[in-house]
Amino acid sequence: MEEGIKLHIHNVSKTYRSDGHEVLAVDEIDLKIRNKEFATIIGPSGCGKSTLLRIVAGLVKPTKGIVRLDGNVISRPGYDRGMVFQSYTLFPWLTVKENIQFGLEISGMPKAQQEEIAQQFIERVGLKGFEKSYPKGLSGGMKQRVAIARALANNPAILLLDEPFGALDAQTRALMQELLTQVWEELHKTILFVTHDVEEAIFLSDRVFIMTARPGKIKAEIDIPLERPRSYEIKATESFLNLKKQALRLIREEAIKAIQCRE
Amino acid sequence: MKGNKEKEWERAPRGLEDFLSPREPIPKRLYLVLALSSFAFFLLVWSVLTYGGFVDPLFLPSPGRVFRAGVDLFVELEFTTDILSSVYRVMSGFIVAALIGVPLGLFMGTFKVAEALTEPVIGFIRYMPASAFIPLFILWLGIGDIEKIAIIFVGSFFQLVLMVAVVAKNVQKEMLETAYTLGARRFQVIWKVLLPASLPGIVDTLRIIVGWAWTYIIVAELVASASGIGYMIISSQRMLRTGNIIFGILTIGMLGLLTDYFFKWLYDRLFPWVE
Repeated sequence: MEEGIKLHIHNVSKTYRSDGHEVLAVDEIDLKIRNKEFATIIGPSGCGKSTLLRIVAGLVKPTKGIVRLDGNVISRPGYDRGMVFQSYTLFPWLTVKENIQFGLEISGMPKAQQEEIAQQFIERVGLKGFEKSYPKGLSGGMKQRVAIARALANNPAILLLDEPFGALDAQTRALMQELLTQVWEELHKTILFVTHDVEEAIFLSDRVFIMTARPGKIKAEIDIPLERPRSYEIKATESFLNLKKQALRLIREEAIKAIQCRE
Repeated sequence: MKGNKEKEWERAPRGLEDFLSPREPIPKRLYLVLALSSFAFFLLVWSVLTYGGFVDPLFLPSPGRVFRAGVDLFVELEFTTDILSSVYRVMSGFIVAALIGVPLGLFMGTFKVAEALTEPVIGFIRYMPASAFIPLFILWLGIGDIEKIAIIFVGSFFQLVLMVAVVAKNVQKEMLETAYTLGARRFQVIWKVLLPASLPGIVDTLRIIVGWAWTYIIVAELVASASGIGYMIISSQRMLRTGNIIFGILTIGMLGLLTDYFFKWLYDRLFPWVE
């Protein structure tokens, strides 16, 4: 195992069969995510970035290549790779607290300890007072906060986030980005984040990978040396805007390709 | 706060177009009045036809005569026993169908293997009318309660299995995947996610199926029977007691309505979390 590498996506390809012909969704991707790093994959829609994340989660089997987490080959989903989806996936029959305890209960942890950890994460994502609410009474932003808390409470080795703020309005989205940055700066959990929003990617990440239009490959890698802790004001600084310009140029080429592809 | 706002909304002035806009809510009181007036209208037409002397009472007795026939049925003809034996048959057939059908339906909706094994067969049998089985069941099972219960079972089981399978299939895939990434094993995903997520749909399915079970019991009791509401109806026909027939039909309607409300009540009690 290489020093400081948490996740190694090793020459991974994924081919889907649809309507009798084969579609190459992910093409020979080789990616190393460092320990305690916030890494983001950004690309046009339909470029296979979600597929890649699902392969890491163990929900989809790659056609070629392997994924290693802490040196161990991944073969199926597990609690060490917590995932948050774009769609709301809270269990509607469980309260906020019971949702956060779900993974802990399954692992057989004593009840008192479960509750302590759940309470700690409820406070961390700012949902104190909503412990006993059912998901139906929560806004979209609150639901995603619970989903993030639920994944983090399980103490995974890496957190996978698949456009978790994609369904939220712009203001809520910005607040959620700040919350996630804050949580990350406290916990320093390795995160692999997927989005198509350039600003979001730069604001959150240490490193941003830009994916090509289908078949998905890694086209470029941008280091984000912005100092931490980060606040929303950073989005207006010159260094931020320069990074954004750089990323936008790269992603625009791919977006154009993706559109032409579909036409 | 919320209650006050609702009250304000109830009192707000409205024009006619407010009541005829697609899917727009209407005040609760208006809803109740409309619901009751549909019953009242039915009763009115019936009264005009009968008390006005437009139809022969032999074919359609007046509401008053039907009511008196009902009293006689209870007082002199032990109608309570008939109702109880019909309820017993419906519930037995329905409960057996549910006990086997719900788990089987869940399996069908969960595992492709179970679906392939059972769906074509069940899809085939469910198009055979339950009433067509009556002669066969009389041959096999005699003319007692077991035969009637078997008809109810056939009438409800196959539909129930397929409907429960659809409920299980409609559970959001990402919810199952989330459970996997939280460390759940396959068995836990089924027990802790698929099952609770399907429960509201299952209770709703049971509510619909029990309504169908009530329609089959009458068919079953019209043939070779010595008790039950259906039996009362067929023997009243022989003696031209139209009032009894109508009262019997109304009784079934009431029983169906009661079961329906029971299931709705159960649903609200069990699943306060449903959106």
